[in-house]
Amino acid sequence: MCAVPHAKVALMAISSRGFSVKSQVGFSTIALLCIFALYLPIFTLVVYAFNDTDSMSLWGGFSLRWFKSASHNVAIQDAVLRSFQIAIIAATLATAMGTLAAIATTRTAPYRGLNFKYALINQPLIVPEIVTAVALLIVFARIKVWTGYTGGAYLVAAHTAFCIPFAYLPIRARLEGMDLTLETAAADLYANPWNTFTNITLPLLLPGVIAGYMLAFVVSLDDVVITEFVKSGGQETLPTYMLGQIKKSITPEVNAAATFFLVLSVLAVTAFYFISRKKH
Amino acid sequence: MVKSQTAAVDVRGLSKHFGEGDTKVIALNNVSIVIGENEFFTLLGPSGCGKTTLLRMIAGFDFQNEGEILLYDENIANLPPFKRPINTVFQNYALFPHMTVSQNIGFGLKMLGKPKPEITARVSEMLKLVQMEELKDRKVSQISGGQQQRVALARALAPQPKVLLLDEPLSALDYKLRKEMQIELKRLQNETGITFIFVTHDQEEALTMSDRIAVMSKGNVLQIGNPREIYDRPADRFVASFIGESNFIVCKVEKKTRGSATACLPDGTSLTVDCPVDLELPQPATIAIRPEHAFISEKPGKNQLAAIIKNIVFLGTDTHVHTQLSDGTAFVVRQQNVIGEKPLQTGQNVGIRIADGAARILKD
Repeated sequence: MCAVPHAKVALMAISSRGFSVKSQVGFSTIALLCIFALYLPIFTLVVYAFNDTDSMSLWGGFSLRWFKSASHNVAIQDAVLRSFQIAIIAATLATAMGTLAAIATTRTAPYRGLNFKYALINQPLIVPEIVTAVALLIVFARIKVWTGYTGGAYLVAAHTAFCIPFAYLPIRARLEGMDLTLETAAADLYANPWNTFTNITLPLLLPGVIAGYMLAFVVSLDDVVITEFVKSGGQETLPTYMLGQIKKSITPEVNAAATFFLVLSVLAVTAFYFISRKKH
Repeated sequence: MVKSQTAAVDVRGLSKHFGEGDTKVIALNNVSIVIGENEFFTLLGPSGCGKTTLLRMIAGFDFQNEGEILLYDENIANLPPFKRPINTVFQNYALFPHMTVSQNIGFGLKMLGKPKPEITARVSEMLKLVQMEELKDRKVSQISGGQQQRVALARALAPQPKVLLLDEPLSALDYKLRKEMQIELKRLQNETGITFIFVTHDQEEALTMSDRIAVMSKGNVLQIGNPREIYDRPADRFVASFIGESNFIVCKVEKKTRGSATACLPDGTSLTVDCPVDLELPQPATIAIRPEHAFISEKPGKNQLAAIIKNIVFLGTDTHVHTQLSDGTAFVVRQQNVIGEKPLQTGQNVGIRIADGAARILKD
C-alpha cells in the first residue's frame, strides 16, 4: 500500500480532481498544529482566569475570585472605560476620514501621484510602530509645553491616525467593486452629487464602512506601543494597565481582565457582523 | 421626421475625441442629427461606431469637444445630467440593489422633490404600465432579467422625460423575450408619446422598431432614413453590408442615363442598374444585389449570370443557395421554399437572373 511515493500521490491528487489543498498529504496535521498554535495560548489564559490560587502556572481549583477582584478594581474599571472611549472616538473619526479618502482616491481618473497618495494614507501600516510612537512622544511633549494641555486628545489623535488605513482599505475595496453606472443612473434621475452620495453611494458602501469601523475599533482597543509612549500619567488603557501589572506581580487577575476584554471584543465584532449582514 | 415637424433633439456638429496626439481616437466626427418629437429614432452601428458616445452626450454623462445639443431649441450641451429632462434605460439596467421595485421607480420623482402622494400615484401608474404591480415590494435582486428590464423602463419613464434614451436595453435578454420586449417598447412609446432614442447594433431590431434609423460607422453618420429607405436604397457599401445581406460584384459601368446605368459584368453579361452617385464613364464600380432579389434558373439564358452551386443551406421558410460566378465571385441567392419543388444539387451549373431595379451601384 505504501509502495507509491508521496510525490506521486500528490500528483495523482492534482490530476484526478484538479488541485485541492485538502487532498495534500499532511494537510490535516498541519491544520491541527495551526489551530493549536493559535488557540492554545488563549485557551490557557482563559482557563487560568478561573484558577483559585495566586499562581498563573499552578492549578488550584475552579474559582471566580479573580473576576470579582478585577471587577472591584477601580484601576481596571477606569482603564476599560478609557479603552472603549478612545476606541469609539478614534474608530469613528478614522472611518469618516477613511471614507472620504477612499472616495477621493477611487472616484477619479488615475493620475500621476495617485500611488504616492495610497502610500501616504497607508503610512501607519508601513512605518514601524515604535518609530511613530517615539516621534509622537517628542512632538506631543513639545505641544504639551506650548499649550499646557495634557488631556486625552493626544491619545485620541494618535489612535485615529494609525486606525485610518484599517478603515480605509475595506471601504476602498468596496468602492472599487461598486458598479459605477449606479451613480450615473442616479445623476440621470435628477440626483445632484450630494443626493447621489447619500442615497446611492453611502448605503451601498455601508458593509465596507462597517468592516472598516470594526477593524479600526479592534486595532485601537488593543494598541500598546503607541499608547504607552503617548499617554500622560493616569491615562492607562486596559492593555497598558495589564502591561504595568505584569511588570509588578503576576496574578490571575490579569487573566480575568484579559478574558473580559476578549469576550467584549468578540461580542463587538459579532454584533458588527450581524448588523452588516442584516443590511444585505 | 415622420410624426411631427417639431424637433425634439437637434444635434449640431458634435465632435468628440479621446486622448491626444498619437493616441487620439475620434469617437464622433462632426455629427448632426435632427430627431422629431414623438419619434422612435435608432442609432445603429457596430461596436465602436460612436453610437453610445452620442447617447451619453445627449444624457450628459460625457461632454463634447465641439458642437451643440438642442432640446426643444434650448442648448443643453453644457448642463450636468441631473439638470436635463432626459432619462436613460441602461444596458445593464443599473437598478439600485438596496431599494425595492417601487423605490426604484419613484427615485427620479423623489429627487425632483415631488410630494409623496404624487409619487405614490405615479409609481402605481408606472407599475401598471409595465405590468409589475404584484412585485412592487420585491428587492430588485429577487426578480428576473425580463422583470428588471421592465422596472428600468418604468423608472426612466416615471419622471415624464422629454426624451427617453435606451442603450442596447434588450441585449441581455434571450431571443423570445427580446421579441416580446420589442413589441412592448413600441407600445410604450405610442402610449406615452415620448421621443425614444434607441441604440443598438442589431439591424433586425432597428428595422422592426424604428420610425427612422441613423447608421453610424467610425464616428460618422452614413445615412439617415426610415427602415425601408435604408434597406432598399443603402447610401454606401458599408450600409448595404451592415443592414441585411448583399452580394457585391465588381463591374464596369458603361452607359449612364439619369439615375440608372448599364453595368458590364466580368462574364460579359450587361445589366441595367440603379446609380445614385455621379460617375465618370467608363470606370470600375461595385454593384450590390440583395439575395432575395436574385433567382436561380436551371437553364442559363441571356442576361443571366453563369454560376455553379457550391452549397445549399435550408433555413425553414427559405433556402440560401451559395454559388460561385465564373470569375470566382461568391454570390448568394435566397429563395422561398415551395412544396413539391425539384431540389437543386451542389455542383449544378445554373443561371442567376436579377430582378429589374434590384442592382445598385454603391460608393465604396
